[in-house]
Amino acid sequence: MSDKKTKYQEVAYYPGCALEGSGHAYNRSTREVGKALGLKLKEVENWNCCGAMEVKNIDPKIQTYLSSRVLSIAANEMDMDVVMAPCNGCYHNLKKAEYDLEKDAKSVAVVDKLSRKAGHDSYQAGQVETIHALDWIKQTIGEEGLKERVKNSLDGMKIANYYGCMYTRPRHIFPEKDQGPGSESTSKPHFMDDLLDAAGAESVDFPLKTACCGGAHTLSDSDTSTRLVLNILQTAEAAGAEVIATECPTCHSGLEMHQIRAEKTLGVKTGVKILYFTQLLGMALGLKPKKVGVHENISDSISYLKEKGLA
Amino acid sequence: MPIHEKSLIRPENLKVHDKLEVDGIDVSGHWSTFIEDRIVSDYNEALEEEIAALPGGEYIHRCWQCGSCTNSCTVHALNEDFNPRYWIYLIRTGMESELLRDKDIIWQCVSCNKCTYACPRDVEPEGVMKATAHWLELKGHTPKSHSTLFDEIFTEQVLKTGKIEDGRTMRRFFSRTGQGMLQGWVVALFKGLMKHLPISLLSKMGLASVVAPRTRGWGKAKQAIEEYIEDQESQHRQALGLDELVAMAEQEMSNPAVTGKN
Repeated sequence: MSDKKTKYQEVAYYPGCALEGSGHAYNRSTREVGKALGLKLKEVENWNCCGAMEVKNIDPKIQTYLSSRVLSIAANEMDMDVVMAPCNGCYHNLKKAEYDLEKDAKSVAVVDKLSRKAGHDSYQAGQVETIHALDWIKQTIGEEGLKERVKNSLDGMKIANYYGCMYTRPRHIFPEKDQGPGSESTSKPHFMDDLLDAAGAESVDFPLKTACCGGAHTLSDSDTSTRLVLNILQTAEAAGAEVIATECPTCHSGLEMHQIRAEKTLGVKTGVKILYFTQLLGMALGLKPKKVGVHENISDSISYLKEKGLA
Repeated sequence: MPIHEKSLIRPENLKVHDKLEVDGIDVSGHWSTFIEDRIVSDYNEALEEEIAALPGGEYIHRCWQCGSCTNSCTVHALNEDFNPRYWIYLIRTGMESELLRDKDIIWQCVSCNKCTYACPRDVEPEGVMKATAHWLELKGHTPKSHSTLFDEIFTEQVLKTGKIEDGRTMRRFFSRTGQGMLQGWVVALFKGLMKHLPISLLSKMGLASVVAPRTRGWGKAKQAIEEYIEDQESQHRQALGLDELVAMAEQEMSNPAVTGKN
């Protein structure tokens, strides 16, 4: 555990495309939380898209190549050991590229060939470790460290922690998970619960932690996505949550967009607030809502945050 | 011939006679309901190989039909006709005409990977769903789904610049699928954003959609990926025998006996 604590103090930061667009609040709050905790982020130089779900659907090996280019830059050009990706999609794809390059000779051949043609070193499995923003904070600061640093406790805040699909599935690309005490669980993940509870919040028993929001088809099959999101929102409310904490820009905007769409097209209004876990942690560490990009969210949680003494 | 699972009792197979007499006995109404077409004869014996030749379909042969995929499926919970286990069965037994009955919903897989998580045989059913949706489009059974159009617009942009700017992707998607940007819920969404964002950031976002973010020196990577895609596409066409199909169709078209030309 302690080697991770040292290893993760300074990491290569891969924000990815969504965090420069619709998920900008997540980017802002992740950087601010890092700063407040004294952790260093070095952005991956001249990065490219990880391939997301869309390129994988056109051809999975191109997605593997795109992700491998990011890992290669971090390893070969920046000499880093750890890449941290807050976006679940990026995190998942970097992990999948790592897995494929370790196990599948065809993927290695394609990546070698494309890297050579593109004029950069090809990534070799094992050169860097990919982690999520949750691992980063959990392993360096941990619950005890957070408790010491909390300035505005999230006391009285009831939170449903929503992890989504890509953080835990499929299991085989996350070999470090499900390794007993201290490790993350793929069926009942708890890192976000642990951190927000340490910041004073009360994590409710939420059965849909790893349910799907339909993010892949947010626009192309909106009716399905609206039904899936509505189920998540209503279940969180039934579990007593006032806030859904998110850790993925696609889930986050999906929940926000379809909360509005459910009201407009189905006439079902839900009041649960949607905030990135980094926004909640940042405010607990004493940062102002604006500093963590609460105004960049589509949904409006300012009056709720005022009520809780955070704004 | 083995007995294959096929849903026989369907509305189009039922015949109800108002007045039917057999050997002097009236068997009209409900009693005169007959089920047609009990024999499956239109197999496509190459179906499993065709799906396996497309990305994602590689491991379909491992399936044991345990049903864990359908049991865990996000979309199945919303629509019970969405049944990965059954489709894998149909593909492996070559029952193409049965599979085509569900051709308009197969693309709706949301890639949540619950099936791949649950599968005890590492079939990776999520990949099989993508391969099947892709197969339906390549064979001309379905037009390109909205999901495929979105994937293509997204991939085009990644190939062009190395990165994605989501506002641009969204606008292109709405325009290419013939949907207006001004649907009620989209307007409500932007109004929500406008209320709190400072003007400076809004104009920055506007600028980002004019000047797309770019990865420097992306040209060579772009070319390498495009060459790879071209190569893969020709392999897929070969595996599905598409070039032969096109050649046959062209021959038919040029045959004066068919077209009626002199």
